[in-house]
Amino acid sequence: MSTKFDVTETLDVQGASCPMPVVKTKQAIDDLEEGEVLEVVATDSGSMSDIEGWAAGTDGVELLEQVDEGDVYKHYVEKTA
Amino acid sequence: MSSDTQPSGDAAAPTEAELRQRLEDLEAQLADLEAAVGDDQKQMTIVATKGTLDMAYPPLILASTAAAFGWDVVVFHTFWGLDILHEEKSKNLKLSAVGNPSMPMPNALAALPGMDAMATRMMEKKIDENNTATIEELIELSLDSGVDLQACQMTIELMDYDEDDFYDGVTTGVGAATALQHMADSDVQLLV
Repeated sequence: MSTKFDVTETLDVQGASCPMPVVKTKQAIDDLEEGEVLEVVATDSGSMSDIEGWAAGTDGVELLEQVDEGDVYKHYVEKTA
Repeated sequence: MSSDTQPSGDAAAPTEAELRQRLEDLEAQLADLEAAVGDDQKQMTIVATKGTLDMAYPPLILASTAAAFGWDVVVFHTFWGLDILHEEKSKNLKLSAVGNPSMPMPNALAALPGMDAMATRMMEKKIDENNTATIEELIELSLDSGVDLQACQMTIELMDYDEDDFYDGVTTGVGAATALQHMADSDVQLLV
């Protein structure tokens, strides 16, 4: 599936479980510039709730979309500041 | 028709210039208060007292995740919690088969020799299969994310540990007062 977002970087955390998807997402976002979009590909079903919660509680990021593809979960996070 | 808006000659009534000045003073005070109180930086203090494999995970998972939120995090390790920071012991934390109702065996059996080792091996196998991070990985991750992992000085001496036994980056030489100070400023305080 191609995305409607202009993805700058893709973070592959397939196989990793809590807390890795969130912690690695944070580290990857730190390396991006304002306005850039990170795609996170995870297999941890808890990442749907965890990344949503992390994005809501963190300044300077916006969760654009989460896609449940059954076996993988994709998250699109923009660095806004 | 009212004459209320006219200067009345009443000495107690403030002039417009005085009111403006007062407003500016209050705005400045408000800005100072907001700067002091309203900063978004959340703080968390966890006191980790247990050194079994299952009890080592929650403090480290919460600490590394909170750091990802940008929180200022201290984990104060005391008593058996020190084993989590101990470079050698942290790699060999054990699970207790006794007194754990979730274990698929009665206590009378769990108390037999070798049962703790068996329970530990089972858990380690699960951790490996599920790709769950090891304690060592979570420690490195927490330190890299700026979590302050503290080792209680009194219990270091009580347990005959050496400061060099701990991972590089662990804070030693701290006690209850240091922990309390951070707790008092924290939004979240947990005892594990």
